[in-house]
Amino acid sequence: MKKTYGTASRSERDQGTTPILRRAFIPLTTVRGSVTAGLFASVMILISLSCTLVAFAQDTDRIDPQLANTPLPTYVIRNARIVTVSGAEIENGTVVISDGKIAAVGANVSGPAGAKEIDGKGLTVYPGMIDLGTNMGLVEIPTGVPGSEDSQELGDMNPNIAAVWSVNAHSAHIAVTRVGGVTNALSLPSGGIISGQGAFLNLFGSSPREMALVPEAVLMVEFPRIGGGGFGFGQPNITTEATTQRDRRIEELRKIFRDAEAYGRAQDSYRNDPKSVLRPVTDPKLAALVPYARGERPVIFRAEREREIRAAVRFAEELKLKPIIIGASEGWKVAAFLKEKNVPVILDGTLNLPLREDDAYDSLYENASKLQAAGVRFCISTGDSGAHVRDLPFNAGMAAAFGLPKGEALKSVTLYPAQILGVADRLGSIEPGKLANIVITDGDILEARTNVRYLFIGGRQLPLVSRHTMLNDEFKDRK
Amino acid sequence: MKTLFAIAALFGLLCVAVSAQPRDAAQTTLIKNATVLTVSHGTLTNTDVLLRNGKIAAVGPNLNAPTGARVIDGTGKFVLPGIIDAHSHTMMDGSVNECTKSVTSMARTQDILNPTAIGIYRELAGGTTAALLLHGSCNSIGGLSTTVKLKWGHPAADFPVPGAPPGIKFALGENPKRTNFNIPGLTPRYPATRMGVEETIRDAFTRARDYKRDWDDYRAAVARGDKNVMPPRRDLELEPLVEILEGKRFVHSHCYRADEILMLIGIADEFGFKVRTFQHVLEGYKVASEIARHGAMASAFADFWGYKMEAYDAIPYDVAILTRHGVVSSVNSDSDERARRLNIEAAKMIRYGGLTEAEALKLVTLNPAMQLGIDNRVGTIDVGKDADVVVWSAHPLSVYAHVEQTFVDGELLFDRQADIARRAQLDAERKTLEAAEPNKPPAQGGGPPRTPAEIRRAYVHADDIQDREDQPR
Repeated sequence: MKKTYGTASRSERDQGTTPILRRAFIPLTTVRGSVTAGLFASVMILISLSCTLVAFAQDTDRIDPQLANTPLPTYVIRNARIVTVSGAEIENGTVVISDGKIAAVGANVSGPAGAKEIDGKGLTVYPGMIDLGTNMGLVEIPTGVPGSEDSQELGDMNPNIAAVWSVNAHSAHIAVTRVGGVTNALSLPSGGIISGQGAFLNLFGSSPREMALVPEAVLMVEFPRIGGGGFGFGQPNITTEATTQRDRRIEELRKIFRDAEAYGRAQDSYRNDPKSVLRPVTDPKLAALVPYARGERPVIFRAEREREIRAAVRFAEELKLKPIIIGASEGWKVAAFLKEKNVPVILDGTLNLPLREDDAYDSLYENASKLQAAGVRFCISTGDSGAHVRDLPFNAGMAAAFGLPKGEALKSVTLYPAQILGVADRLGSIEPGKLANIVITDGDILEARTNVRYLFIGGRQLPLVSRHTMLNDEFKDRK
Repeated sequence: MKTLFAIAALFGLLCVAVSAQPRDAAQTTLIKNATVLTVSHGTLTNTDVLLRNGKIAAVGPNLNAPTGARVIDGTGKFVLPGIIDAHSHTMMDGSVNECTKSVTSMARTQDILNPTAIGIYRELAGGTTAALLLHGSCNSIGGLSTTVKLKWGHPAADFPVPGAPPGIKFALGENPKRTNFNIPGLTPRYPATRMGVEETIRDAFTRARDYKRDWDDYRAAVARGDKNVMPPRRDLELEPLVEILEGKRFVHSHCYRADEILMLIGIADEFGFKVRTFQHVLEGYKVASEIARHGAMASAFADFWGYKMEAYDAIPYDVAILTRHGVVSSVNSDSDERARRLNIEAAKMIRYGGLTEAEALKLVTLNPAMQLGIDNRVGTIDVGKDADVVVWSAHPLSVYAHVEQTFVDGELLFDRQADIARRAQLDAERKTLEAAEPNKPPAQGGGPPRTPAEIRRAYVHADDIQDREDQPR
């Protein structure tokens, strides 16, 4: 017997239609609600977020609609060295780009007639680089210009805020980054405990939705630690109090994931048998968490020290989540553990100073090579909010200067991030069928002195123009 | 007592780990068969470099090793002069900013040198051997700078470079006008606009000019044999400014926007002094001609930008444009982090703006040496210069290069293989100390928890935007 609880008030309905903007936490146990508001909210979440639950599968296949709807030229790049990343290098070969994708690659490929020809003599073709640890488009100027900052929301638990709503497609950072050969970035919210959902972007497009290859790709969690991982000022400075606070925050995190899991089951029961099951009250926070609580989408945990990494991995294991560790400054100390648990790592601190004064001077430079040697899945990121994501290749280069094989260093910013995010079917290497996110350089792509000569995102050749090249052009010859 | 002992022991371990280098007995070193990037006269392949008595004694093929000399096989390796960082706050103990007033020319960085700061060692490991230690940027006219060599293992008194010309920090723009420091409860400080910064500097030099006249008059009277004169009262704030007016002290001015660069050039022209270097100088590319005409040099970030409003028009082509306009330019760190990889910062200037390899190398060697006025002794591989020399595993403009050895005044102060060899012993020592009774956590039978003490951290932020030392994440 289905029960109803009366008519939705205006305010409830409004809340239901704008779940992402709503701040108040509505507990699962609220009895006052309404069928109308609840259904409306559910429908609107599905439509407006176009990513939760049912819609998620389609979204991962979505290509920028603008690119898909406009005719794209066919390109043939000839006589180039081709670093496929996934397979052998081709010393002198051809790449064909058609309909936004890589159509053919090889030493003996003949391009179709009428294609635009690019002479790749002396040049090298690489897949575009990918950075999984940015706030791209969420922060323009991080100091003194609060109006340009959108990465950090108030409150501890914000699973239902999502970067894809707020990425500024017109940020100067985007073109500055892509002309350096970085074609994709994961833009993450920051702060609190559950910071929100990150968007995986092509660094080209006139709106965040156009840019998003996976609009709600990951959940970002600042795993609670002593002295951090929560909102607020003034950390207790007594060890016992700090420990208690950390443990309490981890417990809050555990509870909300369990609530989400239960919420998902309740919603499923209702959906399967709406006539006899009580319709659960809609809760946008928990609804947003469900795919993560079910391990369907990855959860990125920020954890730096050995103890934090172990705790985060065990937490994810207990709740059957799909974890990725970001940070892992002491990853080298727990390499065997990470390997055993098969947990991938985003290293965003290669160029940070060592954590401890008496750590080896190169402990963070070497971190990647030690993880690689232990068989841990990893990728390298700048960890930069946006302006300096273009330095991604030099981060990988530094790891290579300290033991990481050069080929691995290249993979750590191309194929490995694609694999870790689950988009390697579309990105990360030069293979037929993949998106044509391609960079053509005049040298080793990880070297600081190398220049990018051609750039393609989604099969579209983009001009190598940014705010910086424009200012350079404007002033370089001023007398 | 036990606790004290353990704390002392742990501290001792840190000291062993970071500072107690074995003093370099062999004062003579021969680097054999390396590729030598002289900076002054091109690249020499299959060349030997002899370091003796703290100087570069010989450069050439097939040199004979003197008896007892340390011989390093440089085959496949590259030798570059030690990197010079023209904007650093490394080894400065505590705050780098005396912020209470906007003219603090009486404050001296040489009083706060910490010779055990770990940043020194990490920077040597990145090939940096000398630095200009600058006061912070919260004042229109800041404190006096110190030019140092990174003489790890030596007392603080050994760090300042003998005979290096004295300098002073100026700062323009957001920092001296305290844009990002509106802390509730903190009294606002004049100036609050770029106009006020101009007025502050003009006022100080007006006072300094009068003060100089007082002294000039007094000395003239004494010279005339006038017995009935009183000396002017000494003014420690104005004395350094008089030295600037007399051309005896270098002005290193932090700046961002084109307008404020022109403003300082205007004041300098009016009072008859030269700005030695514009530091950061992120919009220098907009007024490169004016900087060149004034005769100033420029020391910039390679590609750091956008971190605050006045850095939003910064472009990585800045250094190349300044160089092409004839301004002697360098690339600096302003950070204990970046100071470990200035070679890569220099290499970026080939990408951005098309500098040649030789020009890029100068940005972190000869050019900063000229800016600091120490190019007579460092900055190139030439016989007779100080033996501040770095052996690299590959070409130092490559991201794949790391430092093998760093020499300062001929002394081996960083050796990668020795560093690696020491690690197992240090790990074992640390484990022993952590297991010691007083260091056990309470859960394992240790004593009551202690309040964590403040930890001194390296200076990593740039441009002291937040005016604090690095915080752990």
